[in-house]
Amino acid sequence: MAITLTEQAASHVQAFLARRGKGVGLRVGVRTSGCSGLAYKLEFADAVNPEDHTFESRGVKVLVDPKSLQFIDGTELDYTREGLNEGFKFRNPRVKDQCGCGESFNV
Amino acid sequence: MALLQISEPGMSAAPHEHRLAVGIDLGTTNSLVATVRSGVATVLADELGRPLLPSIVRYHADGRVDVGYAAQAKQAVDPKNTIVSVKRFMGRGLRDVAHVENAPYDFVDAPGMVQVRTAAGVKSPVEVSSEILKVLKLRAEASLGGELAGAVITVPAYFDDAQRQATKDAGKLAGLNVLRLLNEPTAAAIAYGLENASEGIYAVYDLGGGTFDLSILKLARGVFEVVATSGDSMLGGDDFDQRVFCWAVEQAKLSPLGPRDMRQLLMKSREAKEYLTYHGEAPITVRLSSGDVVDLSIDTETFCNITQTLVRKTLGPVRKALRDAGLTVDDIKGVVMVGGATRMPQIQRAVAELFRRDPLNNLDPDKVVALGAAMQANVLAGNQPTDQDWLLLDVIPLSLGIETMGGLAEKIIPRNTTIPAAKAQEFTTFKDGQTAMSFHVVQGERELVADCRSLARFDLRGIPPMAAGAARVRVTFQVDADGLLSVTAREASTGIEASITVKPSYGLSDAEIERMLRESFEHAKEDVHARALAEHRVDAQRLLDATRSALAVDRALLAPRELEAVENAVRALEQVLTANDARAIKQATDALNRATEEFAERRMDEGIKRALAGKKIGSL
Repeated sequence: MAITLTEQAASHVQAFLARRGKGVGLRVGVRTSGCSGLAYKLEFADAVNPEDHTFESRGVKVLVDPKSLQFIDGTELDYTREGLNEGFKFRNPRVKDQCGCGESFNV
Repeated sequence: MALLQISEPGMSAAPHEHRLAVGIDLGTTNSLVATVRSGVATVLADELGRPLLPSIVRYHADGRVDVGYAAQAKQAVDPKNTIVSVKRFMGRGLRDVAHVENAPYDFVDAPGMVQVRTAAGVKSPVEVSSEILKVLKLRAEASLGGELAGAVITVPAYFDDAQRQATKDAGKLAGLNVLRLLNEPTAAAIAYGLENASEGIYAVYDLGGGTFDLSILKLARGVFEVVATSGDSMLGGDDFDQRVFCWAVEQAKLSPLGPRDMRQLLMKSREAKEYLTYHGEAPITVRLSSGDVVDLSIDTETFCNITQTLVRKTLGPVRKALRDAGLTVDDIKGVVMVGGATRMPQIQRAVAELFRRDPLNNLDPDKVVALGAAMQANVLAGNQPTDQDWLLLDVIPLSLGIETMGGLAEKIIPRNTTIPAAKAQEFTTFKDGQTAMSFHVVQGERELVADCRSLARFDLRGIPPMAAGAARVRVTFQVDADGLLSVTAREASTGIEASITVKPSYGLSDAEIERMLRESFEHAKEDVHARALAEHRVDAQRLLDATRSALAVDRALLAPRELEAVENAVRALEQVLTANDARAIKQATDALNRATEEFAERRMDEGIKRALAGKKIGSL
């Protein structure tokens, strides 16, 4: 069981956390919504909740609530550039199908 | 898939509901757009990585519009149709525009604000500004991967109602949801995080390309207030280039130069100025059209000497603003540097000397206003938890008042009042049996209406006939958070009311705005066509490539006549591909599709046959 970050993603998360000046790590998760059922959640974490699963990847602490984990276990988080746009990308092996934009998905 | 950004805890947006917000610094010389991504404010660069967009718009006779570097490149060859520094004309009548005679434009004195006749028709400053905003909007949407929820646009602190309204109109015309206008010095202070700092009074020293603004901000209980503004609208970094240019002309003993040589030498002068920020000496080398070569070298000391009057010129307004606010330099807790020209060491030194403290300069002075605007936009769009919300207070730069008998201006809201603000005053009738009153809203510090700026006029009718002085008419001035004014007059005994939103007489009439909106809709149609054309081209190209590779492999499957038909269809499509006719491309694509249908089927059969070859039926 793990969530991992690519080198690119890790260095960006660390830079963003440093600029923000506070936070214990990165919280990833899912919630139900969107056109294909589930949507990713990507937030700064200011505190670890007791039920959280905690992973460490390339120096970044990643927090996932147990409910979310079953949908995104094995996910690799990447940071990429597409034209002028740049941001984080979830490479989730469990995804069966996703909406055209990839913002919501199904497992 | 979509690219995600990190949100604040509990602030993740639902899919397709990202509240993308940007801050826009709509500058006299350059404009920028910035956003907050994963908690960090960043300026969005164009495809070539350039953060600045020169605030220059060029109109072509066929309706095409160039904005930015492309327009800048043609500034000298097409000056009449290439509008620079349009910000100086925003919300201004022809009479208000300083140095009209120096500008190369064909001005039209329209009833609203001054307009410029270009090859593409008469354009108002609002339209020109909206072209700049449109480019920034497109850049932001490409960078953020979605439609913008809103934008904060910055304006100089001294902008009056008409100029603010014009800026807002330009945003609307560009299809932006203007969350609010923000004073440039306030944006710079936000970028430096001063709203989190301890309370106190700060100065913002903004030396841009062509303008100098000095603002004094007061921060109290997390609220910013602009307490005084001052500056020089005809002083900026360009003047420093000019000084170097004049020095070079003198040193090289040049006779009057042609426009091309002048431009070149001016450009080299600017480069030398920028080089001197980090070096002790800078070369100025230009080959003139006569074949002569100017080869000079300027050192820091000379540069400081020839520009010291300019540096000193900026200090006068600093002292004036302090005097206006009733402050001394000892009251100032920090000085924020804004504008590329503040990189010059002699400016840094002069400011540090005057304020007896080192100025804040660790953010890029070109970007600091846009960054602050982006941070404010991020809050207004709802991407920050509410406890981090901060409210910004601004002041009215010029007093607002009303004309009274004898052409006198009665001030209702004095200048430097914080906004939003509402104030009321009672007026009465002048003559027996007077049933109507006429209100003339003015802005300015002078006593005579004739010396103030006229903002709007409206009438209150239906006052019951009474003796002079018996009617009681309450006039309320209300200024909203954007600095826009509405005025209401109400007669006490009957309750009849009249009101007006300024919509200053120097702003745009509704009809004008409607016309421009209509035009933008018309352009929307062209945009749709352009998109269809591009899509058809992509489809066609894909089919052509597929056909060519299929022919390369399986040409043998076609009879000579069939092959000829396919090749003809390929040629026909290739011919229309480069033309701008979406329908022709679509038709030729469909034709090629039909011509290759049979071919595709045969290839499929062939493929199956190959796959099955050598296998026994039973093993299938």
